[in-house]
Amino acid sequence: MKAGGLPEVSKRSVSRLKGDLHVERWVAVMETAPKPGGSVPPKKGRLPAMRKKPRRYWEEEATSPAAGPPRKKTRTLEPGPTRRKSANGPKPRNQRKPGGRKAAQRRKPEQTLSGAQDPFPGPAPARVDAARKFCRIDRSEKLPRAKRKTRSKLEAAEAQEEEASARAARSELLLAEEPGFLEGEDGEDTAKILQTDIVEAVDIASAAKHFDLNLRQFGPYRLNYSRTGRHLALGGHRGHVAALDWVTKKLMCEINVMEAVRDIQFLHSEALFAVAQNRWLYIYDNQGIELHCIRRCDRVTQLEFLPFHFLLATASETGFLTYLDVSVGKIVTALNARAGRLSVMAQNPYNAVIHLGHSNGTVSLWSPAMKEPLAKILCHRGGVRAVAVDSTGTYMATSGLDHQLKIFDLRGTFQPLSARTLPQGAGHLAFSQRGLLAAGVGDVVNIWAGQGKASPPSLEQPYLTHRLSGHVHGLQFCPFEDVLGVGHSGGITSMLVPGAAEPNFDGLENNPYRSRKQRQEWEVKALLEKVPAELICLDPRALAQVDVVTLEQQKKERIERLGYDPDAKAAFQPKPKQKGRSSTASLVKRKKKVMDQEHRDKVRQSLEQKQQQQKQEKAKPTGVRPSALDRFMH
Amino acid sequence: MKVKMLSRNPDNYVRETKLDIQRVPRNYDPTLHPFEVPREYVRALNATKLERVFAKPFLASLDGHRDGVNCLAKHPKSLATVLSGACDGEVKIWNLTERKCIRTIQAHEGFVRGICTRFCGTSFFTVGDDKTVKQWKMNGPGYGEEEEPLHTILGKTVYTGIDHHWKDPAFATCGQQVDIWDEQRTSPVSSMNWGFDSISSVKFNPIETFLLGSCASDRNIVLYDMRQATPLKKVILDMRTNTICWNPMEAFIFTAANEDYNLYTFDMRALDAPVMVHMDHVSAVLDVDYSPTGKEFVSASFDKSIRIFPVDKSQSREVYHTKRMQHVICVKWTSDSKYIMCGSDEMNIRLWKANASEKLGVLTSREKSANDYNQKLKEKFQHHPHVKRIARHRHLPKSIYSQIQEQRIMKEARRRKEMNRRKHSKPGSVPIVSERKKHVVAVVK
Repeated sequence: MKAGGLPEVSKRSVSRLKGDLHVERWVAVMETAPKPGGSVPPKKGRLPAMRKKPRRYWEEEATSPAAGPPRKKTRTLEPGPTRRKSANGPKPRNQRKPGGRKAAQRRKPEQTLSGAQDPFPGPAPARVDAARKFCRIDRSEKLPRAKRKTRSKLEAAEAQEEEASARAARSELLLAEEPGFLEGEDGEDTAKILQTDIVEAVDIASAAKHFDLNLRQFGPYRLNYSRTGRHLALGGHRGHVAALDWVTKKLMCEINVMEAVRDIQFLHSEALFAVAQNRWLYIYDNQGIELHCIRRCDRVTQLEFLPFHFLLATASETGFLTYLDVSVGKIVTALNARAGRLSVMAQNPYNAVIHLGHSNGTVSLWSPAMKEPLAKILCHRGGVRAVAVDSTGTYMATSGLDHQLKIFDLRGTFQPLSARTLPQGAGHLAFSQRGLLAAGVGDVVNIWAGQGKASPPSLEQPYLTHRLSGHVHGLQFCPFEDVLGVGHSGGITSMLVPGAAEPNFDGLENNPYRSRKQRQEWEVKALLEKVPAELICLDPRALAQVDVVTLEQQKKERIERLGYDPDAKAAFQPKPKQKGRSSTASLVKRKKKVMDQEHRDKVRQSLEQKQQQQKQEKAKPTGVRPSALDRFMH
Repeated sequence: MKVKMLSRNPDNYVRETKLDIQRVPRNYDPTLHPFEVPREYVRALNATKLERVFAKPFLASLDGHRDGVNCLAKHPKSLATVLSGACDGEVKIWNLTERKCIRTIQAHEGFVRGICTRFCGTSFFTVGDDKTVKQWKMNGPGYGEEEEPLHTILGKTVYTGIDHHWKDPAFATCGQQVDIWDEQRTSPVSSMNWGFDSISSVKFNPIETFLLGSCASDRNIVLYDMRQATPLKKVILDMRTNTICWNPMEAFIFTAANEDYNLYTFDMRALDAPVMVHMDHVSAVLDVDYSPTGKEFVSASFDKSIRIFPVDKSQSREVYHTKRMQHVICVKWTSDSKYIMCGSDEMNIRLWKANASEKLGVLTSREKSANDYNQKLKEKFQHHPHVKRIARHRHLPKSIYSQIQEQRIMKEARRRKEMNRRKHSKPGSVPIVSERKKHVVAVVK
């Protein structure tokens, strides 16, 4: 270690992480903290009465007894810098070159009364991009002009929010697991890697996650994983229904309903699942006992469960989208989509909006609160075959009869981001938790990956492909496991897809390892905070925002009722002045001056408004030919 | 080919033995916690409902007086001790933890008009209708001793109120005039009056200890400085003020309980308009006392209810009433800011929780954190119509409820008339007077 400067390692780290002060500080302190055995032995010639103070291992040798001047007072309460100046022996270790003085001052550990120093001063390091992920406010927006009290409240709230996001980001250090990955050697295409190769390469526990269930007898299968990713329900088209703990391969129940099974879906926990059968919708428990037959939902083709609202959305052949509240057993609404048979459905996990694909190429977005669709997006030239929405609610993938696979941006504009023509067209689509997109094309499954979690999958090069023994009939990524479940005409295949799932689950939301007691407690909590169905809308954060329209309406009504505006600024009243300058004439003059100024401001504002309007009118396209009926438009 | 699969070791996620607690790994990633706002809203709604479910503020009733309770006093050192004076001249000392009377003194003939404790808590003073001021020891007489006052001062006129200085051995009484007494002397150190009228209460400022305020039946509130011979200034209101109370945290703020059903919070430095007009009572307000935090105060009213107001809000946050409680004459907020005591006409002292739904006793850390979380949620969503409606709803006795309706109609009629008058007169001739300025008649210095 060099005498006067920083240790080398930390200097390098400073230059590397120039912008990130927190990290820099952390690294430097880690380096400067002395090792446990490095303290200097006590000098023997001292008075026996002056006992050596016990030193903790993190304490620095601020003044070495060998070289420092003899201390007169036993207790020094001097602040750090002055004391350091007086020490004219070897410099303390964390003294820096003058170039980095500012940083050194910031890094200087605070001295306490006992002389002990905080070995890790300042807040713990946090990644900047992580903090951004947790931030709930838009800091680019300026605070509105408000009264001083309101403004200070807003500022305090903002500061608190910042602090909270920094702390949440800091807690990322504690996450235990790393996501999986699959990388080819230079030039090797990962899509060419076979499942068998992956199975050979990975550990035994992961290899056991790849399996094939050969069930040719009961025809194409639909499947569904429970929300914890622990359980798997499968329904064959010829009536075979089974539920199993797929990790331990323990069968929970297996029945034959002697009727065509169109779809199968777990409800909020693995104890209940709904089966869309030929005629009606049935609900079974994990023993396979039929609990309910819901005759108000008939000829159901697709099922989706909204876990936070406890709603089971069903799309039927009759063209109805029906919401069933499974906590009380009531039908919330039945919406007529007026688009014929409904067979394509997906839910947006971010806002619980249901996406329906129609035969005219549109995708419509539905909420139970509205009789009309929230939005309609024209996606394809032919009918829509499959729809999927990613877990952040940002991207929607659709595939149509025109053999196109498109990815749409769901933030505001609903514009297609990328498109790709597949030779056969995808019949089934699924997004994974980390944004991988799987498509079932005939008897092949293609998987595309993006750059990261929040980026759309790039459709140029598939990440993985796999050929199955039959045509794909159902696809779902298993939550919290790197596994893709595929239901096909030959049975069920569990594929290994490294990097598909979120590695770190939250124990209070979805815990794959939860005990029965924990599940029961979670169930009670979840039911207590069941979100009402009428709160489903495109922006789930809208509930926390100010309803400006209503507020202004209320204000207007209040002014009308009172006959004056109670919040209006009082008219200017000139203050009386001393020494004879407060004559009536001067008062009137001052008043006039202010009034004139206000008037001028008003005129200027209205002029600016007019100019802006004119600009906008000019900017409008004049492509349409003027018509004689235009005069009635204004 | 380089491959890594997600492979968790179940031992890291499951407890080792049944004696351990369950492991709960957390990940605060927002995508794993969707519907943050709607779920918080539902939680806030539930918390608000539970708050109303658990709102049981009434704790105990202390009975034993043989006439209406006229005045209350807190012990400055002991939280459990309370003193009360009744209309038959009896003074009782209560132990709140046992909810028992520990001592009874026949102090005066006629009403006990005022009672106050000395700042050290060793003795207390009473004034009564028999024109005397008496000082009593806080501890009872020993075996064989007679119950006797330490000192008795015979005055010329009836005293209607008393308050002790917060630091010095001096006290003030009021009646025909405000008298400042030294504890050692039998005649007042100074007497101050401004106009001739009966003064109903006098209060020392707890921070600026030389200041004191009084209110008289000629509708005014007068402020004095003990060190001067003359009063400082006075403000005249529409109607008579029954009593005032100083804010214990802000030296210049005091609240006046008025006969016109309102309470007025004044800033001593600018008396021409009150800082806030608090209006919710439907009859004369008889007493007011601040919480030790200085953020809230409680008021007792002739309409058989007590209300809790935040200092900066014109509407009350809470109203307490029972079927048996009659006109409430005196009210006190205890020094730990958790309880409220009120003495009423039907000879009872009632003990209430200051926070109606608060759980008493020691809370576990989980209870505490859940409580804090719910409090924050309620604060965040307080303006949502559903939450607001549930949080604001209070059941009221029919008499108060119908009175409120009546008051509302009267107020609306007055407002309409004024609006019409303004509409049909010359612009500017009927000025808009704000509610705050309406009730102040004049300020005299």
